[in-house]
Amino acid sequence: MEIEFNTVRKAYNVCLPDSSRDQPWTLKSYQANGGYQALEKILREKTPASEIIEALKASNLRGRGGAGFPVGVKWSFMPRDADGQKYVICNSDEGEPGTCKDRDILRLNPHALIEGMTIGGYVMGATVGYNYMRGEFWQPYEVMERAMKEARQAGYLGHNLLDSGFDFNLYSHLGAGAYICGEETALLNSLEGLKGEPRFKPPFPATFGLYGKPTTINNTESFASVPAILRGNGKWMNSQWFKDLGVENSGGVKVFSVTGHVKLPGNYEIKMGTPFSELLKMAGGVWKGRKLKAVIPGGSSVPVMPAINIMKANMDYDSLQQNGSAVGAGSVIIMDETTDMVKVLERISCFYFEESCGQCTPCREGTGWLYRIIRRINNGHGTMADLDTLLDVANRIEGRTICALGDAAAWPVQSFLKHFGHEFEAKVMAMDGLYAASAGRAGAAANPANATADSA
Amino acid sequence: MTTVTIEVDGKSLPAQAGEMLICVTDRNDIYIPRFCYHEKLSIAANCRMCLVEVENAPKPMPACATPVMDGMKVFTRSKYAQTAQQGTMEFLLINHPLDCPVCDQGGECPLQDQAMDYGSDDSRFLEKKRSLPSHDIGPLIATEMTRCIHCTRCVRFGEEVAGVVELGAPGRGEHMQIGTFLNRSIDSEVSGNMIDLCPVGALTSKPYRFAARSWELQNHPGISPHDCLGTNINIQTLRDQVERVLPIDNPEINQCWLADRDRYSYEAVNSEQRLTQPMIKDGRKWREVDWETAINHATAGITTVLNSGSGNDIGKGIGGLAAASSTLEEFYLLQKLIRNMGSDNVDHRLQQCDFRDDNIAPRFPASEIQIQHYNNLAAVLLVGSNIRKEQPLLALRLRDGCNKKGTKISAINPVDFDFNFDTVESDVAAGGQMVRSLATQAAHVAQIKSAELPFDIKKIADSNPGFEQTANNLVAAGENGLIIIGALAQQHTDASLLKAISQWICDTTGCKLAVLGCANSAAGWIAQCVPGDNGMNAGQMLGQNGSAGLRCFILLGTEPELDSIDGKSALATLNKAEFVVQISAFKSASVMKYADVLLPMAAFTESAGTYINCEGRIQNAKVAVTPKGEARPGWKILRVMGNFLELNGFEQITIDDVTEEINLTDITPSCRLVELQFHPTLSSGEKSTPDLMESDSLIRVVDMPMYRAEVTLRHARALQQTADNPPPAAGLNPATASRLQLNDGNRVKVQNQSGSATLELRTNDRLAENCVYVPAGFMETTDLGRHVRVTVKKIE
Repeated sequence: MEIEFNTVRKAYNVCLPDSSRDQPWTLKSYQANGGYQALEKILREKTPASEIIEALKASNLRGRGGAGFPVGVKWSFMPRDADGQKYVICNSDEGEPGTCKDRDILRLNPHALIEGMTIGGYVMGATVGYNYMRGEFWQPYEVMERAMKEARQAGYLGHNLLDSGFDFNLYSHLGAGAYICGEETALLNSLEGLKGEPRFKPPFPATFGLYGKPTTINNTESFASVPAILRGNGKWMNSQWFKDLGVENSGGVKVFSVTGHVKLPGNYEIKMGTPFSELLKMAGGVWKGRKLKAVIPGGSSVPVMPAINIMKANMDYDSLQQNGSAVGAGSVIIMDETTDMVKVLERISCFYFEESCGQCTPCREGTGWLYRIIRRINNGHGTMADLDTLLDVANRIEGRTICALGDAAAWPVQSFLKHFGHEFEAKVMAMDGLYAASAGRAGAAANPANATADSA
Repeated sequence: MTTVTIEVDGKSLPAQAGEMLICVTDRNDIYIPRFCYHEKLSIAANCRMCLVEVENAPKPMPACATPVMDGMKVFTRSKYAQTAQQGTMEFLLINHPLDCPVCDQGGECPLQDQAMDYGSDDSRFLEKKRSLPSHDIGPLIATEMTRCIHCTRCVRFGEEVAGVVELGAPGRGEHMQIGTFLNRSIDSEVSGNMIDLCPVGALTSKPYRFAARSWELQNHPGISPHDCLGTNINIQTLRDQVERVLPIDNPEINQCWLADRDRYSYEAVNSEQRLTQPMIKDGRKWREVDWETAINHATAGITTVLNSGSGNDIGKGIGGLAAASSTLEEFYLLQKLIRNMGSDNVDHRLQQCDFRDDNIAPRFPASEIQIQHYNNLAAVLLVGSNIRKEQPLLALRLRDGCNKKGTKISAINPVDFDFNFDTVESDVAAGGQMVRSLATQAAHVAQIKSAELPFDIKKIADSNPGFEQTANNLVAAGENGLIIIGALAQQHTDASLLKAISQWICDTTGCKLAVLGCANSAAGWIAQCVPGDNGMNAGQMLGQNGSAGLRCFILLGTEPELDSIDGKSALATLNKAEFVVQISAFKSASVMKYADVLLPMAAFTESAGTYINCEGRIQNAKVAVTPKGEARPGWKILRVMGNFLELNGFEQITIDDVTEEINLTDITPSCRLVELQFHPTLSSGEKSTPDLMESDSLIRVVDMPMYRAEVTLRHARALQQTADNPPPAAGLNPATASRLQLNDGNRVKVQNQSGSATLELRTNDRLAENCVYVPAGFMETTDLGRHVRVTVKKIE
């Protein structure tokens, strides 16, 4: 199988292998680079689960799916010694607009995920794992299936792993293309064969998950980081090494998917806390010599940041939050000075309108309302009152829904209005139809944020 | 359960740890708005109307899905909470058509009511509203899906309570629609409850459509006459006409549910076929007359028959038959009338054909377990019972128990009925095989309990054990077990044997027994509307094509040709009789042929009366509307006939005077035979145990379809159009059909020694082999009479 490598622009060999490695998706290559050492050691020495959890806590590894919940803490919630079936589930539904990191992990480093999940199964007492991939991931699915076959033959998956008495079976599952199934409880419903609708919480999956059994769901990148953390750069369980790669509260390295108006879009596995300006430099800077206008740093659900704010920020949880956004799934969307922000928000809102599951009222009714108002404004039929309504509707969705999709639909609206409200006003004020012809350039020029932010 | 204390709006309240907040506030009369939450359904938390402020919570919390914790501080009316509630209301209304003036739900609509409290009088929504097509989902429920707010109560009702997933919510986001997936109809026997559950006008009652505004209706509490539960109903009337029937919540009986049978039977009361004027037959012509003429004519006819008798035989030629749905007072006065004329021939059990245990019968058919405990049983054995169609609300309780308490339910039935609960074992056995199956279970019980099996059971029991869990479950359940004798067992030619064997199993295991009679038959027994030692029972009166020699009949609310399992004999007997008085609320062509006087009787909504349910509960129904035309309550008609016949004891002025005459003391629900007797041979002389099947002879399986069993139901228009009321057809197991070289859809002639019926063939793999299912209750099938052995031949 020939797998293209060119989407990985920078690798740290934690989740993403660097291009010097030959066929890193094979078991041979993975083992040659320290793969499965951690699992073998754990199974051989019967390392207590609590030690592994402590190591993960110390590593400061936070969930890479978007919410950033510490992985070690999450694993400690599982009633490990309770009777009955327990499950570990990998969320490879990667649907956030802007992100493409899990795809590369699945394609290029499948064994890291398998090892991470197996260790997870060992720690949490789960003998069955599911890897839920989005339906479009056909190549990753094939790579995973082949890797799982290799792992099974080598005794890393299946019955009585390496004669340790521990069983772990892993199964691939392909979704059907619904964004909402990346929400962990909707994912559970979808796995069970039900309609992909989020469940209300409590109860949480750790007590009532798949088929009502204790379940832990982590992102692909989170699981794939675990083996490297435990290997500790040559020193067993030296999770301090991983922690020190990053900054306070944000341990290790993380893959950022840089997309949009840059010269070198792709995945960058970099240390947490790297200044954004450096990341932008790695990505070759804004394309066509243009200036940076705005960045959505964590995927379409997180608030947008004007250039002036993002240029001050570092790529870690605290810094991005202080500057008004979030790491999210690490999907950095770069927008240059010519970008029509109303049009961007129209596209984003259309996405959430289409992807709302329809279960609860504010999201079902509100996402369509948001989209229609923005579309109207973009088409030059908006009123000033619409801007107030828009913000108010977003506020009425935020925090009122069963899952976070409502918040994800509201935050872009709130942040776009906050930072680029003048562009919306300009569209309302413009004479019907005439504005569309000018393709948003007027709005870009009027953006004060551009005055101080140079492109890298 | 630990008790905790929470604070709601500054008030300290005790609560169970872990229970949902809305349960606590509901219990304490603190109102929180809601749409999707319903105490009988699972929590969905999807409408977001019940959002409240919880101290230290980062966002407003849904009261329906927030478990209480000690010291929790909740504000239901704070600015924060109200903003959240108003926000949800705005979202609910943007796509709602607000067509309240033309909506049947208007005036009793939770959305309308709560919009008054939480909605704005102005809309900021400038876009186009969503509109959806409304599909025809059957004769009972009207849809207007544009009004739907997607609370999924109807979907959850189907999944959780009714046990049939007929509605779902396909589509996502704004495109989500409540629907039947494939444009099917809603066929559940309890589907009407979805109308009550729907918090908007998306699902409304089709027969009630545009008939009235809810605020114009007057409420009259009543009792449904159609089941043995005494379901509590609210009869709603407008200008002295019944417009709608709704449930009255009674946790001990029907909870908040109603079977469609009880909800829609009122349509018969308003039907065109109502008999509204007394009529007499002059020669061959019928004419309408006044009451005096009619009663004079009736008494003259009866007196002629009386006078032609002599000595001890006076009155012996007279028989009285009452419908099982009659009231206690009607049963009582009919039997009093007949008995005072010197006859003992009175009965209400038209569907029964084995009466051999009458002399050892208990006081009335009863359930030894209270209705409210049907949810808590450990094991149940259904003997000849399609309980889902016979007593739909009891089936809901069994389903609830099965799902929540793990009730182990088994069945011995001629058809593997499609129950709405799981069965552990389902023994499909028709005719004599049914007795054999039950006896085999008794043999198992004897073995487990090391009890001595009576010889009479032993000689029937199969040496090959077959199903094994049923007996184990009953023994393990002990007094938490129940054997239910259903309608099919009571109609069985060996009913007395089935009852006796069941009773032996109950005696041996400690299980309870329930004989679920049809309609108000408990009252029929208590009022002594059953023959005495010298009298004829319904089977004898109507049987053998009039050979019993009865010359005069008084019929009360019954059409024996359809109500009796043996319609052919009934028709022949009545046609042969010299004089037939029909007291009924309805006219029918076949009755007009054999009757000589028609006396118009009030329907169940038009007459007061007492109903006694299977647990011995006495309930009184009041009059809801004036009887149609010249119709009069049945008890008054009987009372006046008593006067005209110059009989003693007919001086009652009010219905209470009648009730007082009846001995209602010490009504203990016990259905055990006074003495255990086994009647292993069939009275008809026909051997129903087909050990060696002849190649062309089959056993007829007969039942009374749920909407054919009473004259009232047969005239309820919408019910007659439902899927539970298909036109009569001959059902055959596919294996048997192929052996006989017959295919689904063939026209076949079903024949036995009584007669024949030409029907369409329907293959049904739920039927036992070598059986043919032909329902009673249709004129098309009356000719087949009671004979069990039939042949089926294709008509080319």
